[in-house]
Amino acid sequence: MQTLEPILAQLPLFQGMKPEHLKLIAGCASNARFDAGQFIGKQGEPADKFWIVRQGRVALEIHAPGRGALTIMTVAENEVLGWSWLLPPHQWHFDAYALTATRAIALDGKCLRGKFASDHELGYELMSRFSQLIVQRLEATNLQLLDLYGDHD
Amino acid sequence: MATTTEDPGPPDAAGADPMRPAPFRVARRVVETHDAFTLWLESVNGPGGFSFQPGQFNMLYAFGAGEVPVSMSGPPGAVKQAVHTIRAVGPVTQTLRRLKRGDVVGLRGPFGSAWPVSLAEGSDVVLVAGGIGLAPLRPALYHLLAHRERYGRVVLLFGARTPRDILFAREIETWRGRFDADVEVVVDRAAPGWHGLVGVVTTLVPRAHFDPHNTVAFVCGPEIMMTFTVRALAHRGVVPARTWVSLERNMKCAVGFCGHCQLGPTFICKDGPVYRWDRVAPLLGVREL
Repeated sequence: MQTLEPILAQLPLFQGMKPEHLKLIAGCASNARFDAGQFIGKQGEPADKFWIVRQGRVALEIHAPGRGALTIMTVAENEVLGWSWLLPPHQWHFDAYALTATRAIALDGKCLRGKFASDHELGYELMSRFSQLIVQRLEATNLQLLDLYGDHD
Repeated sequence: MATTTEDPGPPDAAGADPMRPAPFRVARRVVETHDAFTLWLESVNGPGGFSFQPGQFNMLYAFGAGEVPVSMSGPPGAVKQAVHTIRAVGPVTQTLRRLKRGDVVGLRGPFGSAWPVSLAEGSDVVLVAGGIGLAPLRPALYHLLAHRERYGRVVLLFGARTPRDILFAREIETWRGRFDADVEVVVDRAAPGWHGLVGVVTTLVPRAHFDPHNTVAFVCGPEIMMTFTVRALAHRGVVPARTWVSLERNMKCAVGFCGHCQLGPTFICKDGPVYRWDRVAPLLGVREL
Protein backbone atom coordinates (compact mmCIF):
# COMPACT_ATOMS: atom_id res chain seq x y z
CA MET A 1 0.00 0.00 0.00
CA GLN A 2 1.27 3.48 -0.86
CA THR A 3 1.92 5.60 2.21
CA LEU A 4 1.52 9.37 2.56
CA GLU A 5 5.25 9.81 3.22
CA PRO A 6 6.18 11.18 -0.24
CA ILE A 7 3.28 13.64 -0.10
CA LEU A 8 4.19 14.78 3.41
CA ALA A 9 7.78 15.37 2.31
CA GLN A 10 6.55 17.92 -0.24
CA LEU A 11 4.48 19.94 2.23
CA PRO A 12 6.01 23.17 3.54
CA LEU A 13 5.53 22.09 7.17
CA PHE A 14 7.65 18.98 6.74
CA GLN A 15 10.19 20.14 4.17
CA GLY A 16 13.77 19.15 5.02
CA MET A 17 12.69 16.69 7.69
CA LYS A 18 14.69 13.50 8.25
CA PRO A 19 13.23 10.47 6.41
CA GLU A 20 12.95 8.46 9.64
CA HIS A 21 10.87 11.26 11.19
CA LEU A 22 8.68 11.52 8.12
CA LYS A 23 8.07 7.79 8.34
CA LEU A 24 6.95 8.12 11.95
CA ILE A 25 4.66 11.03 11.08
CA ALA A 26 3.20 9.19 8.09
CA GLY A 27 2.16 6.44 10.51
CA CYS A 28 -0.22 8.97 12.10
CA ALA A 29 -1.51 10.42 8.80
CA SER A 30 -4.62 9.71 6.77
CA ASN A 31 -6.60 11.32 3.98
CA ALA A 32 -9.66 13.37 4.84
CA ARG A 33 -12.42 14.99 2.87
CA PHE A 34 -15.03 17.58 3.85
CA ASP A 35 -18.08 18.86 2.04
CA ALA A 36 -18.66 22.59 1.70
CA GLY A 37 -20.31 23.80 4.91
CA GLN A 38 -19.19 20.81 6.96
CA PHE A 39 -17.77 21.56 10.42
CA ILE A 40 -14.30 20.15 11.03
CA GLY A 41 -14.06 21.23 14.65
CA LYS A 42 -16.09 23.23 17.12
CA GLN A 43 -15.04 25.49 19.96
CA GLY A 44 -14.52 23.51 23.18
CA GLU A 45 -14.44 20.12 21.49
CA PRO A 46 -11.38 17.88 21.90
CA ALA A 47 -8.61 18.79 19.45
CA ASP A 48 -6.91 15.50 18.76
CA LYS A 49 -5.98 16.15 15.15
CA PHE A 50 -4.60 18.74 12.83
CA TRP A 51 -4.93 18.97 9.08
CA ILE A 52 -2.95 20.16 6.13
CA VAL A 53 -5.28 21.42 3.44
CA ARG A 54 -4.47 19.94 0.03
CA GLN A 55 -7.34 21.50 -1.88
CA GLY A 56 -10.14 23.81 -0.82
CA ARG A 57 -10.58 26.42 1.83
CA VAL A 58 -11.45 26.33 5.54
CA ALA A 59 -12.72 29.20 7.69
CA LEU A 60 -11.89 29.67 11.36
CA GLU A 61 -14.77 31.40 13.07
CA ILE A 62 -15.90 32.62 16.42
CA HIS A 63 -19.52 33.24 17.24
CA ALA A 64 -20.25 36.65 18.70
CA PRO A 65 -23.71 37.15 20.26
CA GLY A 66 -25.66 39.64 18.20
CA ARG A 67 -23.05 39.69 15.42
CA GLY A 68 -23.18 36.12 14.21
CA ALA A 69 -20.22 34.06 13.10
CA LEU A 70 -17.09 36.15 12.52
CA THR A 71 -14.37 34.73 10.33
CA ILE A 72 -10.97 35.23 11.90
CA MET A 73 -8.90 33.69 9.17
CA THR A 74 -9.04 31.24 6.33
CA VAL A 75 -6.75 28.30 5.70
CA ALA A 76 -5.98 27.35 2.12
CA GLU A 77 -3.84 24.96 0.07
CA ASN A 78 -0.76 23.53 1.87
CA GLU A 79 -1.56 25.43 5.06
CA VAL A 80 -1.96 23.96 8.53
CA LEU A 81 -5.30 23.86 10.28
CA GLY A 82 -5.15 23.50 14.05
CA TRP A 83 -2.42 23.56 16.65
CA SER A 84 -4.52 22.99 19.76
CA TRP A 85 -3.66 19.27 19.57
CA LEU A 86 -0.12 20.20 20.63
CA LEU A 87 -0.82 22.01 23.88
CA PRO A 88 -3.11 21.27 26.83
CA PRO A 89 -6.05 21.35 27.25
CA HIS A 90 -6.15 20.03 23.65
CA GLN A 91 -9.42 21.78 22.84
CA TRP A 92 -10.57 23.77 19.83
CA HIS A 93 -10.47 27.53 20.43
CA PHE A 94 -12.56 28.35 17.38
CA ASP A 95 -15.05 26.74 15.01
CA ALA A 96 -13.58 25.44 11.76
CA TYR A 97 -15.71 24.65 8.73
CA ALA A 98 -15.08 23.95 5.08
CA LEU A 99 -15.93 26.95 2.91
CA THR A 100 -15.58 24.78 -0.19
CA ALA A 101 -15.24 21.04 -0.78
CA THR A 102 -11.92 20.35 0.89
CA ARG A 103 -9.34 17.57 0.71
CA ALA A 104 -6.78 17.39 3.48
CA ILE A 105 -4.24 15.19 5.17
CA ALA A 106 -5.30 14.52 8.74
CA LEU A 107 -2.66 13.94 11.38
CA ASP A 108 -3.60 12.23 14.59
CA GLY A 109 -2.32 14.38 17.46
CA LYS A 110 -2.64 11.68 20.11
CA CYS A 111 -0.64 9.31 17.95
CA LEU A 112 2.06 11.97 17.40
CA ARG A 113 2.24 12.94 21.06
CA GLY A 114 2.79 9.29 21.87
CA LYS A 115 5.70 9.17 19.44
CA PHE A 116 7.19 12.37 20.89
CA ALA A 117 7.39 10.63 24.27
CA SER A 118 9.73 7.99 22.87
CA ASP A 119 11.48 10.16 20.27
CA HIS A 120 12.29 13.54 21.75
CA GLU A 121 14.13 14.69 18.64
CA LEU A 122 10.98 14.24 16.60
CA GLY A 123 9.04 16.13 19.27
CA TYR A 124 11.56 18.98 19.25
CA GLU A 125 11.53 19.13 15.44
CA LEU A 126 7.74 19.38 15.18
CA MET A 127 7.51 21.73 18.15
CA SER A 128 10.02 24.06 16.45
CA ARG A 129 8.04 24.04 13.22
CA PHE A 130 4.75 24.69 14.97
CA SER A 131 6.36 27.48 17.02
CA GLN A 132 7.26 29.22 13.76
CA LEU A 133 3.73 28.73 12.54
CA ILE A 134 2.27 30.14 15.76
CA VAL A 135 4.59 33.16 15.54
CA GLN A 136 3.49 33.77 11.95
CA ARG A 137 -0.16 33.60 13.00
CA LEU A 138 0.51 35.94 15.95
CA GLU A 139 2.25 38.41 13.65
CA ALA A 140 -0.67 38.28 11.22
CA THR A 141 -3.10 38.82 14.08
CA ASN A 142 -1.11 41.85 15.24
CA LEU A 143 -1.30 43.34 11.75
CA GLN A 144 -5.04 42.68 11.65
CA LEU A 145 -5.44 44.46 15.00
CA LEU A 146 -3.49 47.48 13.70
CA ASP A 147 -6.29 48.00 11.17
CA LEU A 148 -3.73 49.30 8.68
CA TYR A 149 -6.21 50.37 6.03
CA GLY A 150 -8.51 52.27 8.39
CA ASP A 151 -8.65 56.03 9.04
CA HIS A 152 -5.90 57.14 11.36
CA ASP A 153 -5.98 60.93 10.98
CA MET B 1 7.15 55.65 -24.46
CA ALA B 2 10.33 54.70 -22.69
CA THR B 3 9.69 52.93 -19.44
CA THR B 4 13.05 53.08 -17.77
CA THR B 5 12.49 54.25 -14.27
CA GLU B 6 15.58 55.71 -12.70
CA ASP B 7 14.82 59.08 -14.22
CA PRO B 8 11.34 59.57 -15.62
CA GLY B 9 12.21 63.00 -16.96
CA PRO B 10 10.71 66.38 -16.29
CA PRO B 11 7.02 66.95 -15.64
CA ASP B 12 5.27 67.82 -18.84
CA ALA B 13 1.53 68.22 -18.20
CA ALA B 14 1.55 71.71 -16.87
CA GLY B 15 4.14 73.17 -19.18
CA ALA B 16 7.40 74.77 -18.18
CA ASP B 17 6.48 75.87 -14.69
CA PRO B 18 5.97 72.81 -12.49
CA MET B 19 4.46 74.96 -9.73
CA ARG B 20 1.61 76.31 -11.89
CA PRO B 21 -1.51 74.16 -11.99
CA ALA B 22 -3.25 73.70 -15.32
CA PRO B 23 -7.04 73.58 -15.41
CA PHE B 24 -8.46 70.10 -15.95
CA ARG B 25 -12.14 69.23 -16.26
CA VAL B 26 -13.84 66.18 -14.76
CA ALA B 27 -14.83 64.08 -17.78
CA ARG B 28 -16.03 61.08 -15.84
CA ARG B 29 -16.48 60.04 -12.22
CA VAL B 30 -16.97 56.52 -10.86
CA VAL B 31 -17.68 55.45 -7.30
CA GLU B 32 -15.34 52.54 -6.50
CA THR B 33 -16.18 51.82 -2.85
CA HIS B 34 -17.97 53.56 0.02
CA ASP B 35 -15.01 55.96 0.37
CA ALA B 36 -13.02 55.69 -2.87
CA PHE B 37 -13.76 57.11 -6.30
CA THR B 38 -12.06 57.57 -9.65
CA LEU B 39 -11.87 60.77 -11.66
CA TRP B 40 -11.03 61.05 -15.36
CA LEU B 41 -9.61 64.51 -15.97
CA GLU B 42 -9.00 66.20 -19.32
CA SER B 43 -7.25 69.44 -20.08
CA VAL B 44 -9.44 72.53 -20.40
CA ASN B 45 -6.83 74.10 -22.68
CA GLY B 46 -7.28 71.67 -25.54
CA PRO B 47 -7.12 68.02 -26.56
CA GLY B 48 -3.35 67.71 -26.15
CA GLY B 49 -2.43 64.79 -23.95
CA PHE B 50 0.54 64.01 -21.79
CA SER B 51 2.67 61.07 -20.90
CA PHE B 52 3.33 59.34 -17.59
CA GLN B 53 4.95 56.22 -16.23
CA PRO B 54 3.37 53.72 -13.82
CA GLY B 55 3.79 54.86 -10.23
CA GLN B 56 4.03 58.60 -10.93
CA PHE B 57 1.67 61.11 -9.35
CA ASN B 58 0.00 64.44 -10.01
CA MET B 59 -0.81 67.27 -7.62
CA LEU B 60 -4.57 67.86 -7.72
CA TYR B 61 -5.81 71.26 -6.60
CA ALA B 62 -9.38 71.43 -5.36
CA PHE B 63 -10.05 75.16 -5.59
CA GLY B 64 -10.74 76.68 -2.21
CA ALA B 65 -9.78 73.51 -0.36
CA GLY B 66 -6.15 72.74 -1.15
CA GLU B 67 -3.79 70.52 -3.08
CA VAL B 68 -2.98 66.83 -2.62
CA PRO B 69 -0.66 64.35 -4.33
CA VAL B 70 -2.53 61.53 -6.06
CA SER B 71 -1.02 58.66 -8.02
CA MET B 72 -2.28 57.99 -11.47
CA SER B 73 -4.30 54.80 -11.71
CA GLY B 74 -5.06 54.50 -15.42
CA PRO B 75 -3.19 52.89 -18.31
CA PRO B 76 0.30 54.42 -18.61
CA GLY B 77 1.98 56.01 -21.61
CA ALA B 78 0.65 58.79 -23.78
CA VAL B 79 -2.84 59.58 -22.56
CA LYS B 80 -5.47 62.23 -23.11
CA GLN B 81 -7.02 61.91 -19.66
CA ALA B 82 -5.46 61.72 -16.23
CA VAL B 83 -7.09 58.94 -14.24
CA HIS B 84 -6.95 59.21 -10.46
CA THR B 85 -8.42 56.88 -7.85
CA ILE B 86 -8.78 58.68 -4.55
CA ARG B 87 -9.83 57.72 -1.06
CA ALA B 88 -11.76 60.48 0.68
CA VAL B 89 -10.05 60.87 4.04
CA GLY B 90 -9.48 64.60 4.54
CA PRO B 91 -10.95 68.00 3.59
CA VAL B 92 -9.29 68.15 0.14
CA THR B 93 -10.15 64.61 -0.89
CA GLN B 94 -13.68 65.08 0.48
CA THR B 95 -13.98 68.14 -1.77
CA LEU B 96 -12.67 66.14 -4.73
CA ARG B 97 -15.29 63.49 -3.99
CA ARG B 98 -18.05 66.06 -4.35
CA LEU B 99 -16.91 67.08 -7.86
CA LYS B 100 -19.29 66.43 -10.71
CA ARG B 101 -18.77 65.98 -14.40
CA GLY B 102 -17.70 69.32 -15.91
CA ASP B 103 -16.20 70.70 -12.70
CA VAL B 104 -12.64 71.99 -12.95
CA VAL B 105 -9.58 71.26 -10.80
CA GLY B 106 -5.97 72.37 -11.01
CA LEU B 107 -3.40 69.75 -11.99
CA ARG B 108 0.39 69.73 -11.84
CA GLY B 109 2.49 66.80 -12.93
CA PRO B 110 3.30 64.08 -13.53
CA PHE B 111 5.99 63.89 -10.86
CA GLY B 112 8.26 61.34 -9.29
CA SER B 113 9.90 58.02 -10.03
CA ALA B 114 8.14 55.00 -11.47
CA TRP B 115 7.81 51.24 -11.06
CA PRO B 116 10.76 49.66 -12.95
CA VAL B 117 8.69 47.71 -15.43
CA SER B 118 11.54 47.57 -17.98
CA LEU B 119 13.97 46.22 -15.43
CA ALA B 120 11.45 43.50 -14.57
CA GLU B 121 11.36 42.12 -18.12
CA GLY B 122 12.25 38.43 -18.22
CA SER B 123 11.33 37.99 -14.55
CA ASP B 124 8.28 36.94 -12.63
CA VAL B 125 6.58 40.03 -11.27
CA VAL B 126 4.76 40.03 -7.96
CA LEU B 127 2.61 43.05 -7.12
CA VAL B 128 1.46 43.30 -3.53
CA ALA B 129 -1.09 45.98 -2.72
CA GLY B 130 -2.80 46.99 0.48
CA GLY B 131 -5.94 49.15 0.53
CA ILE B 132 -5.79 52.19 -1.74
CA GLY B 133 -2.23 51.05 -2.61
CA LEU B 134 -3.73 49.11 -5.47
CA ALA B 135 -4.36 52.38 -7.34
CA PRO B 136 -0.67 53.32 -7.87
CA LEU B 137 0.07 49.72 -8.86
CA ARG B 138 -2.71 49.44 -11.42
CA PRO B 139 -0.79 51.27 -14.19
CA ALA B 140 2.09 48.83 -13.68
CA LEU B 141 -0.30 45.90 -13.96
CA TYR B 142 -1.81 47.40 -17.12
CA HIS B 143 1.69 47.64 -18.56
CA LEU B 144 2.58 44.05 -17.61
CA LEU B 145 -0.62 42.69 -19.12
CA ALA B 146 -0.25 44.81 -22.27
CA HIS B 147 3.27 43.43 -22.79
CA ARG B 148 2.57 40.01 -21.32
CA GLU B 149 5.14 38.18 -23.48
CA ARG B 150 7.99 40.13 -21.89
CA TYR B 151 7.38 38.78 -18.39
CA GLY B 152 7.28 35.48 -16.56
CA ARG B 153 4.51 34.90 -14.09
CA VAL B 154 2.44 37.93 -13.15
CA VAL B 155 1.00 37.76 -9.65
CA LEU B 156 -1.23 40.29 -7.92
CA LEU B 157 -1.79 39.91 -4.17
CA PHE B 158 -4.27 42.40 -2.77
CA GLY B 159 -5.36 42.97 0.81
CA ALA B 160 -8.34 45.09 1.80
CA ARG B 161 -9.92 45.98 5.11
CA THR B 162 -13.30 44.34 4.44
CA PRO B 163 -15.12 43.04 1.34
CA ARG B 164 -16.77 46.46 0.88
CA ASP B 165 -13.31 48.05 0.66
CA ILE B 166 -12.17 45.99 -2.32
CA LEU B 167 -11.03 48.44 -4.97
CA PHE B 168 -11.68 47.78 -8.67
CA ALA B 169 -13.73 44.71 -7.70
CA ARG B 170 -15.13 44.11 -11.18
CA GLU B 171 -11.76 44.54 -12.84
CA ILE B 172 -10.16 42.16 -10.34
CA GLU B 173 -12.65 39.52 -11.47
CA THR B 174 -11.60 40.15 -15.08
CA TRP B 175 -7.92 39.79 -14.16
CA ARG B 176 -8.76 36.60 -12.27
CA GLY B 177 -10.38 35.22 -15.39
CA ARG B 178 -7.12 35.50 -17.32
CA PHE B 179 -5.02 32.39 -17.68
CA ASP B 180 -1.80 34.38 -17.64
CA ALA B 181 -2.12 36.14 -14.29
CA ASP B 182 -2.57 34.92 -10.71
CA VAL B 183 -4.76 37.15 -8.60
CA GLU B 184 -5.51 36.64 -4.90
CA VAL B 185 -7.58 38.89 -2.68
CA VAL B 186 -7.74 38.74 1.10
CA VAL B 187 -9.64 40.87 3.60
CA ASP B 188 -8.70 41.65 7.20
CA ARG B 189 -12.23 40.98 8.40
CA ALA B 190 -15.42 39.71 6.93
CA ALA B 191 -19.04 39.42 7.88
CA PRO B 192 -20.98 36.17 7.41
CA GLY B 193 -21.54 35.38 3.75
CA TRP B 194 -18.01 36.17 2.58
CA HIS B 195 -16.50 33.07 1.02
CA GLY B 196 -13.15 34.55 0.11
CA LEU B 197 -9.91 34.59 2.07
CA VAL B 198 -9.60 36.26 5.46
CA GLY B 199 -6.25 37.34 6.92
CA VAL B 200 -3.53 39.85 6.18
CA VAL B 201 -1.98 40.30 2.76
CA THR B 202 1.40 38.99 3.95
CA THR B 203 -0.17 35.54 4.36
CA LEU B 204 -0.66 35.38 0.59
CA VAL B 205 3.07 35.58 -0.10
CA PRO B 206 4.06 32.05 1.01
CA ARG B 207 1.33 30.42 -1.07
CA ALA B 208 1.76 32.46 -4.26
CA HIS B 209 3.28 30.77 -7.30
CA PHE B 210 6.46 32.47 -8.51
CA ASP B 211 10.15 31.77 -8.76
CA PRO B 212 11.63 33.81 -5.90
CA HIS B 213 15.10 33.76 -7.43
CA ASN B 214 13.84 35.35 -10.62
CA THR B 215 11.24 37.75 -9.28
CA VAL B 216 10.82 41.48 -9.13
CA ALA B 217 8.33 42.68 -6.52
CA PHE B 218 6.39 45.94 -6.42
CA VAL B 219 4.75 46.70 -3.07
CA CYS B 220 2.38 49.53 -2.26
CA GLY B 221 0.32 50.18 0.84
CA PRO B 222 0.69 51.45 4.40
CA GLU B 223 4.33 51.50 5.47
CA ILE B 224 3.93 48.78 8.12
CA MET B 225 2.21 46.55 5.60
CA MET B 226 5.08 47.08 3.15
CA THR B 227 7.70 46.31 5.80
CA PHE B 228 6.06 43.00 6.69
CA THR B 229 5.39 42.17 3.05
CA VAL B 230 9.03 42.71 2.11
CA ARG B 231 9.98 40.46 5.03
CA ALA B 232 7.62 37.75 3.77
CA LEU B 233 9.03 38.12 0.25
CA ALA B 234 12.58 37.90 1.59
CA HIS B 235 11.60 34.75 3.50
CA ARG B 236 10.58 33.27 0.14
CA GLY B 237 13.94 34.32 -1.34
CA VAL B 238 13.12 37.58 -3.14
CA VAL B 239 16.14 39.80 -2.50
CA PRO B 240 15.60 43.38 -1.28
CA ALA B 241 17.49 44.73 -4.31
CA ARG B 242 14.70 43.36 -6.53
CA THR B 243 11.90 44.69 -4.34
CA TRP B 244 10.42 48.15 -4.88
CA VAL B 245 8.05 50.11 -2.71
CA SER B 246 6.10 53.34 -3.07
CA LEU B 247 6.40 55.75 -0.14
CA GLU B 248 4.03 58.45 0.93
CA ARG B 249 4.85 61.55 2.96
CA ASN B 250 3.57 65.09 3.27
CA MET B 251 4.21 66.20 -0.31
CA LYS B 252 3.58 69.88 -1.02
CA CYS B 253 5.66 71.35 -3.84
CA ALA B 254 6.30 68.00 -5.60
CA VAL B 255 9.60 69.21 -7.04
CA GLY B 256 11.96 69.02 -4.04
CA PHE B 257 11.90 72.72 -3.09
CA CYS B 258 9.92 72.86 0.12
CA GLY B 259 11.36 69.89 2.02
CA HIS B 260 8.04 68.77 3.53
CA CYS B 261 8.52 65.24 2.25
CA GLN B 262 12.20 64.96 3.06
CA LEU B 263 13.26 61.58 4.41
CA GLY B 264 16.89 61.80 5.43
CA PRO B 265 18.87 62.65 2.30
CA THR B 266 15.99 62.04 -0.10
CA PHE B 267 12.92 63.98 -1.19
CA ILE B 268 10.07 61.58 -1.75
CA CYS B 269 8.29 63.84 -4.25
CA LYS B 270 11.37 64.13 -6.47
CA ASP B 271 13.49 61.03 -5.83
CA GLY B 272 10.47 58.82 -5.04
CA PRO B 273 7.78 57.86 -4.48
CA VAL B 274 9.03 54.54 -5.89
CA TYR B 275 12.24 53.33 -4.27
CA ARG B 276 14.29 50.17 -4.28
CA TRP B 277 13.75 48.66 -0.86
CA ASP B 278 17.39 48.23 0.14
CA ARG B 279 18.05 51.91 -0.55
CA VAL B 280 15.25 53.22 1.61
CA ALA B 281 14.82 50.57 4.31
CA PRO B 282 17.56 51.99 6.60
CA LEU B 283 15.76 55.35 6.61
CA LEU B 284 12.39 53.89 7.50
CA GLY B 285 13.82 52.37 10.65
CA VAL B 286 14.85 55.80 11.99
CA ARG B 287 12.10 57.17 14.23
CA GLU B 288 13.43 60.73 14.11
CA LEU B 289 12.88 60.87 10.33
